Amino acid sequence: MIEIKDLHKSYKMGSNSLHVLKGINFSVEEGELVAIMGSSGSGKSTLLNILGMLDELDEGSYVLDGVPIKNLNETKAANYRNKFLGFVFQSFNLINYKSAMENVALPLYYQKVGRKERQEKALKYLEQVGLKEWATHLPNELSGGQKQRVAIARAMAAEPKVLLADEPTGALDSKTSYEVMDLIQKINDQGNTILIVTHEPDIADMCKRIVHLKDGVIIEDKKVEQVRAAQYV
Amino acid sequence: MFDKDRWKEIIEVLTSNLFRTILTAFGVFWGILILIILLAAGKGLENGIKSDFGDIATNTMFMWTRSTTKPYKGLPKGRNFRFKLEDVTSIRDNFSNLRFVSPRNQLGGFGGANNVIRGINAGAYNVYGDYPEIINQDPMSITAGRFINHSDIKEKRKIAIIGEGVKTGLYKKDEKVIGSYIKIQGVSFLVVGTYKKKSNGGDGEEGQKEIYVPFTSFLQAFNRADNVGWMAITANDGSSISDLKEGIVALVKEKRKVHPKDKRAVGHFDLYEQYNRVESLFGAMRFIAYFVGVLVLLSGIIGVSNIMLIVVKERTKEIGIRRALGEKPWSIKLQILMESIFLTITSGMAGITVGALFIYGINKVLEMNGPVDMFLNPSVSLGVVVSALLILVFSGLLAGFIPAQSAIKTRPIDAIRAE
Repeated sequence: MIEIKDLHKSYKMGSNSLHVLKGINFSVEEGELVAIMGSSGSGKSTLLNILGMLDELDEGSYVLDGVPIKNLNETKAANYRNKFLGFVFQSFNLINYKSAMENVALPLYYQKVGRKERQEKALKYLEQVGLKEWATHLPNELSGGQKQRVAIARAMAAEPKVLLADEPTGALDSKTSYEVMDLIQKINDQGNTILIVTHEPDIADMCKRIVHLKDGVIIEDKKVEQVRAAQYV
Repeated sequence: MFDKDRWKEIIEVLTSNLFRTILTAFGVFWGILILIILLAAGKGLENGIKSDFGDIATNTMFMWTRSTTKPYKGLPKGRNFRFKLEDVTSIRDNFSNLRFVSPRNQLGGFGGANNVIRGINAGAYNVYGDYPEIINQDPMSITAGRFINHSDIKEKRKIAIIGEGVKTGLYKKDEKVIGSYIKIQGVSFLVVGTYKKKSNGGDGEEGQKEIYVPFTSFLQAFNRADNVGWMAITANDGSSISDLKEGIVALVKEKRKVHPKDKRAVGHFDLYEQYNRVESLFGAMRFIAYFVGVLVLLSGIIGVSNIMLIVVKERTKEIGIRRALGEKPWSIKLQILMESIFLTITSGMAGITVGALFIYGINKVLEMNGPVDMFLNPSVSLGVVVSALLILVFSGLLAGFIPAQSAIKTRPIDAIRAE
């Protein structure tokens, strides 16, 4: 599903440049649930942003579902993001003047799905995350866990190939974190490929594979026995 | 473009900070309102002054004789001369694009002695010997009876058309005017009509105290032979009398044996030139109105682009999220452009509407209180309104373009991180 070869990325900070990713080789199969771990500054978020086409790579190659991601213009990148990827952010990033349902329906709108179908689908995904009766509420009327569940529903609405989550539990307490992880595991059980960036070991343990990043290189890449989040909920 | 969701979004964004939106819109509203009021006031003044010109054919010149200042062909300088009737014919023959050539003669004058008697009443009036065409050059409305016609000219009938001012001077109230006789310098004329002239500035009263008699009868009654006192010459609509003036004056100089370079011998006055001078004054006024109005409008538009810049800045994060969800850059651009165009057009329309109501109100007040000197029927042409609207659309585009461009230039990841 994802294939990365010899990925380099550096940022220019005034006169000196900061080499963040120093040759990453990494691939993900369909249906995997991968945790990318590392301390802050290890380059894990940068890696995720490059995977999400929100940032550009300097060197190396990136192939997503057989499509080489290279020299994209913004229009094409937007198109690929919409078709291939779903995003979940640490700070939820819901649009605060739109209701939960409208937020979920947004990626479908960019796919030019009809109004009625959009609403039906959005409701379906809200139901999956257990928030059907909150559909008409604005984000500031929801709790943190609920917001993140809406964000997950939004990420799933476009039926992406890969779900990318950047510290999805970073702003939540442990109980809600487990609820969210439970949801993510259930989505993974349906066969969806998911990448999670986290620095919490207990969250990483709930994935099927842990990739450890340090100073821009992968120091460890291991498959683990998945801890089900449902037992903590 | 007519996507329901997009419109919903535009309304959502603009109403999310309603006070700011209204303030911004007010800038554009005010600009276009001032523009319209300025133009309407200018037009009102123009209409007022133009109506003071009345229906006088403005493409007209007057020409009269003075004494010569240069000897010519054996004739001395300081010689008095008169136009002759044959001059009129030769002007007509030589200049095809003249509409009217009216020779005129005059008795009396401003402050002259009594020259008209009826019964025991007497008065001092201007008496003109005229052709029927003069009514087109110096318009008057016939209030009773008729004006001079060509049979009067041919048969040299001694008839007169008197002004309303003459009527009040010589007749009692309710007395029958038409069919009565008045004596002009001892010669009796039958009154066949009365006229009234439109007030023409300050000399409105004077204009009603005139008597018109047929040109030929005048010549005969007052022993003028074939002399012509002065002429009123009107050109066809297509050609300007100012251009023809030189040729006409040169022709009559030649006929009257006046030195071609004698500038004083033939006096002339060109109404068209005068009118043009007033016209150019209005041109300057219009220019000022447009200049000021457009500048005010411009400041409104700068306000809009300023606010759009802030709105986009505020929404940087949101725009980043949208792009992460797969919204295409042109769609974001379109959204911002439509917001600013919608804002400018709506407020511009409001300005136009209020401006129109304002003009309507002024007209109503003017109508109720009767005419005001030098101000009449303020209005703005539809063309101006339409072009103002086009300017608004264009400037709305411009106002949105810069922020839209900056919105999609930021990398989505930087946009999402922005707080």
